[in-house]
Amino acid sequence: MTQYNFAYLDEATKRMLRRAILKAVAIPGYQVPFSSREMPMPYGWGTGGVQVTAACLVPEDTLKVIDQGADDTTNAVSIRKFFARVAQVATTEATSAASVIQTRHRIPETLLQEGQILVFQVPIPEPLRFLEPRETETRTMHALEDYGLMQVRLYEDIARHGEIARAYAYPVRVEGRYIMDPSPIPKFDNPKLDNSAALQLFGAGRECRIYAVPPYTRVESLDFDDYPFTATKAAGQCCAICAAADSYLDEVITDDAGGRMFVCSDTDYCATRVAAQAEDAA
Amino acid sequence: MTPLLKVEALSKSYGAHLGCADVNFTLWPGEVMGIVGESGSGKSTLLNCLAGHMQPDTGRVIFDTRDHGPRDTVTMPTPERRWLARTDWAFVHQNPRDGLRMNVSAGGNVGERLMAVGARHYGDIRAQAEDWLGRVEIDARRMDDRPRAFSGGMQQRLQIARNLVTGPRLVFMDEPTGGLDVSVQARLLDLLRGLVQRLGLSAVIVTHDLAVVRLLADRLMVMKDGRVVEQGLTDQVLDDPQHAYTQLLVSSVL
Ligand SMILES: Nc1ncnc2c1ncn2[C@@H]1O[C@H](COP(=O)(O)OP(=O)(O)O)[C@@H](O)[C@H]1O
Ligand SMILES: [Mg+2]
Repeated sequence: MTQYNFAYLDEATKRMLRRAILKAVAIPGYQVPFSSREMPMPYGWGTGGVQVTAACLVPEDTLKVIDQGADDTTNAVSIRKFFARVAQVATTEATSAASVIQTRHRIPETLLQEGQILVFQVPIPEPLRFLEPRETETRTMHALEDYGLMQVRLYEDIARHGEIARAYAYPVRVEGRYIMDPSPIPKFDNPKLDNSAALQLFGAGRECRIYAVPPYTRVESLDFDDYPFTATKAAGQCCAICAAADSYLDEVITDDAGGRMFVCSDTDYCATRVAAQAEDAA
Repeated sequence: MTPLLKVEALSKSYGAHLGCADVNFTLWPGEVMGIVGESGSGKSTLLNCLAGHMQPDTGRVIFDTRDHGPRDTVTMPTPERRWLARTDWAFVHQNPRDGLRMNVSAGGNVGERLMAVGARHYGDIRAQAEDWLGRVEIDARRMDDRPRAFSGGMQQRLQIARNLVTGPRLVFMDEPTGGLDVSVQARLLDLLRGLVQRLGLSAVIVTHDLAVVRLLADRLMVMKDGRVVEQGLTDQVLDDPQHAYTQLLVSSVL
């Protein structure tokens, strides 16, 4: 299987991507434009994340791919297979065993370590987009730290719903400077962005933007003094499989009669806990 | 005393077409300057150059900044100029749609400037917004409604509240009563006059309506074909116009 260059992209393209990644790391939270390539998958399937992953991978890497926390969904499986084929890297479902983790919509529950890279797939990189559709204007707003409008958006939420009604893609301020969209992760995951030991990279394929949160960077969720940010999830529930009370839970419909249960969205975290419980019992 | 604004030899052309040329004037703190002239005489061009929306071709616009005294706003770095625009300056557009966020509530519209300069207490922001809505005679119960649902006069009053909430030292207004019914104009003028007097506002008001300047402006500049043809105390200019064009302007109204 040698008709592909290592990790699918040619070396010149990877160099271009790495330059963009290095610039993104140097200016935490700043969206660096890059020239996005056609990938053998449609937009919306993580082409931005795939390009960033391709630029980061070395033959010694171990790759994990998750979609909504799960390793076994179609999207995650196909991206993992893709890299196993075009880069021949080892793959894993264990968060702690991976050196590169590509993710859509979640941050793993297991605390990430130094040396790990977390690559986010990003649909819309611009947190100000829905407030100000003009790209020229949003760029100026970032450049001048003119962020009143972002706060207005949160104000509107409280005025209308009595709280900041953003459950996903909750905006953050990176190292006290750039406002950043953390991609559609649940706000439950926002605290994990802060002061993480891992390098966090964000790739938006259709929008041609890469941004980064280097290790040990301050990441604060926007809020008001009298309406502080809270990282909520389904209240008072535990995982029906592993009984975890501290993980993000998905609600699963179990039958046609409206039966439902809550289970860990992070399948590796859940499986690891179940295995440990079985060992304890034995 | 230091002038609040000093304009020197300001010119702006659109290609070969003249916008305004060789404008000079001084605005003192607490003073309201009216700019009148027929449509196309260069009033908006001048105002946009003063407020930093447009780069003049030549000339200086010297504003007495809080921290560093008189500074030429034409040559100052963009971040500083934008900062002035959201703190010490206010700009009231003729069309409220240009000066409001139509998909943001009235309270959010008024609160934006506060948040832009760092306000982070929801309750305080709301209290200030409510206070300002009251000052422009908008019922506090409309606070969470979007301006889309407001009448033209209400929208204009909301735009004024949104601009004045941070206590700007200089207010630019471009035909603030234009496009409104006569009765609505009168009410707005009344309100503006009250605010100008109570807050001691310094302002530059562009209008083609002499009634507006008579009521609001201490001094008056008359523009024709991009040039200032006459300036002086409002009463003096209106009651004893010197330039033939001003005489025509005054007589056509009276
Ligand atoms: N964007 C523009 N491009 C070209 N010409 C313009 C533009 N804006 C204004 N002008 C011209 O400049 C002159 C002054 O216009 P303006 O400042 O809008 O006058 P006023 O506000 O007094 O009606 C007019 O002749 C107008 O046609
Ligand atoms: Mg005009």
